[in-house]
Amino acid sequence: MNRMMKYTGAAVVALSAAAYAAGPAAAADALTVVSWGGAYTKSQVEAYHKPYTAKTGTKINSEDYNGGLAQVRAQVEAGNVTWNLVDVELSDAVRGCDEGILEPIDHSILPAAPDGTAAADDFLPNTLTECSVGTIVWSTVFAFDASKYPDAKPTEIADLFDTEKFPGKRGLRKNPKVNLEWALMADGVPLEQVYEVLGTPEGVDRAFAKLDTIKDDVIWWEAGAQPPQMLADGEVSIASAYNGRLFNAIFTEKKPFEIIWDGQVWDLDLWVIPKGAKNMEATLDFVKFSTDTQRLADQSKWISYGPVRQSSFPLVADDVKPHMPTAPENFKAALQNDFEFWADNADELNERFAAWLAK
Amino acid sequence: MAQVEAGGPMLDAAGVPLKVSLARAERRNRMRALGLVLPLLAFILITFVYPIALMVFRGVDNPTVSEFLPETAEMLRAWDGEGLPEDAVFASMAREFAKASKERTLGKVATRLNYELSGSRSLVTKSGRNLRRLKTEPTKADLVALDKRWNQPETWSVLKRLAEPYTLSYYLAAIDKTYNVDGAIVDQPESRQIYVALFLRTLWVSLLITALCVLLAYPIAYLMAILPTKTSNLLMILVLLPFWTSLLVRTSSWIVLLQTEGVLNDILVWTGIIGDDGRIQMIYNMTGTVVAMVHILLPFMVLPLFSVMKTISPTYMRAAKSLGATPARAFWTVYFPQTVPGIGAGSILVFILAIGYYITPALVGGRTGQLISNFIAYHMQQSLNWGLAAALGGILLAGVLALYWIYNRLVGIDNMKLG
Repeated sequence: MNRMMKYTGAAVVALSAAAYAAGPAAAADALTVVSWGGAYTKSQVEAYHKPYTAKTGTKINSEDYNGGLAQVRAQVEAGNVTWNLVDVELSDAVRGCDEGILEPIDHSILPAAPDGTAAADDFLPNTLTECSVGTIVWSTVFAFDASKYPDAKPTEIADLFDTEKFPGKRGLRKNPKVNLEWALMADGVPLEQVYEVLGTPEGVDRAFAKLDTIKDDVIWWEAGAQPPQMLADGEVSIASAYNGRLFNAIFTEKKPFEIIWDGQVWDLDLWVIPKGAKNMEATLDFVKFSTDTQRLADQSKWISYGPVRQSSFPLVADDVKPHMPTAPENFKAALQNDFEFWADNADELNERFAAWLAK
Repeated sequence: MAQVEAGGPMLDAAGVPLKVSLARAERRNRMRALGLVLPLLAFILITFVYPIALMVFRGVDNPTVSEFLPETAEMLRAWDGEGLPEDAVFASMAREFAKASKERTLGKVATRLNYELSGSRSLVTKSGRNLRRLKTEPTKADLVALDKRWNQPETWSVLKRLAEPYTLSYYLAAIDKTYNVDGAIVDQPESRQIYVALFLRTLWVSLLITALCVLLAYPIAYLMAILPTKTSNLLMILVLLPFWTSLLVRTSSWIVLLQTEGVLNDILVWTGIIGDDGRIQMIYNMTGTVVAMVHILLPFMVLPLFSVMKTISPTYMRAAKSLGATPARAFWTVYFPQTVPGIGAGSILVFILAIGYYITPALVGGRTGQLISNFIAYHMQQSLNWGLAAALGGILLAGVLALYWIYNRLVGIDNMKLG
């Protein structure tokens, strides 16, 4: 008995010593880059990770998550940060920076454009914040299954709310973001006044009243991969979705969907570094590499999200250009997601949205 | 001690009274037994009791303002809460805002204030940024000039509440109440009331699922108990196979079966029972949640029932019948009472699992099939309002304990058999 205990104990010590020795060594070689999964992560792996590993030999582990700051905050508060770089939305980049759970990033390290334009001038306005570096412009749009509407096709945001003219279930994201904006647009509020109206109690009532008109016809989705699937299954006829996912379904999987760009609500994805992340030097090197002109342009081969560098636009392939959220004909009636509005009102509107859903 | 008088205590070989040496031996045994369970005890303390205690504590913990604006918090606690505080409080806050903004801690204060006063997140972060840029020491005038809300008693009465080290506001929010400007407890506006209805719905759905599980599991378990071993083993495998299959796989198969373009609706349309435009919505609502959860929790009812029924000798039923009881009477007066411990064990297992169930309602619950655990997860993962999540979890825990107590009074926890 005693001898057995001794051997087990020795084995445990040996094993944990081995694990300890292997742990930091592995961490020094590899970077853990976290993103949203599916077609989007694939585009990053192809355009950033693989070329970077080929160039420097540094391995990159790609992990998936569903957005939000919860996991970053948990890692930072526990003092055990295992992620090196995270792909977040603008609202989270700003909020995380304010809460001190993200590392500030010095933008002067970013490479200049090939023609010598400094990075600060090359990036679109507001795509570099204190703790983040932008990568892409993405957009929430809605699409319909063309086979369901052989005659008249939906063309504008009001059609999403018109179940008489365009019958069939709707797929919408289970979140007040974008839905409230669309409800007001469909109710006749001009684009530039949407957030102003939504900032008043009457405006919120008005948006919810508009959503009420289709409430029984909506199926709610949560993960970005769901709406193309719901359209493909015939579960819904019209659905809101991220434009890159739809592009993937339409052009790679040849689905009969059509995108409506009217009223698109666009947002940014940005790189952030959790506070206390290990291996800062290599991480910053990867940030520099992945946000240079060529890499951002390369990404558009895999998914139709717009690069945030102006110098990348001319390098985007011509057949992808018309499917970018930033293409001029798509950008006519586009609204930028107001991160400050949502930072202020998300707590209350989420609660109200949840209460509205449950009734 | 060597000399023993007649009638004195019995001594062992070493001359110690037998009683004492027995007690010693027993104590040694007890210590050894304790030593053996100690790892488990420590494990339970660390992984179960400690996190739960921590969670309950987080529901009342209110450290943000005292931690990041320490001087202002102290002054606010001393303030009587009438109207606006003295100028010194304004000045101290302006100073500490600038400092916290520099140290990147002000965002936490902003987040905390925004829970209580919607729209104040940008008020705090913006004020902090502006005050930080000042060349001189920030004063009351600087703060008030930034936004008129700094001159309103509402803002300050919330801040005073946040300066206290403990708060009830999370627990109040969890039962759809809030503080008004005067610090009195009032109902939330109706458009924001949500949690009480959800608690009741969760309770009702869990009871319904438990009842359905009893109804479905009883015949299966009975069949398994009376059939010959070979056949009953086959049935047992049929019960256990889904039990071993991944939860996500089973939930997704329900989506395939029940969705409007799914197998079941297709069959109904094909046989002409319903028209193509009359497809029934069976998933992404409460029906979907109940169906999928009953299926997933069914083995937890079948197994205890089966193990109890297996021990009931068939001779009892035969005896009852030979004494003239009808099969129904024999079942109700002889067989059924003996299976009650199994029903009790299964019910409590299924009910407690159901009341905290999260993944299945999230996947198939749609709009109306969400339970309270989905909102706890939401506040943990999305809104990051861990205090509210802790309060909701604390209430759920208290509810389960209360139900357990009622169950113990009504049925008796000893009258429960898992096998």
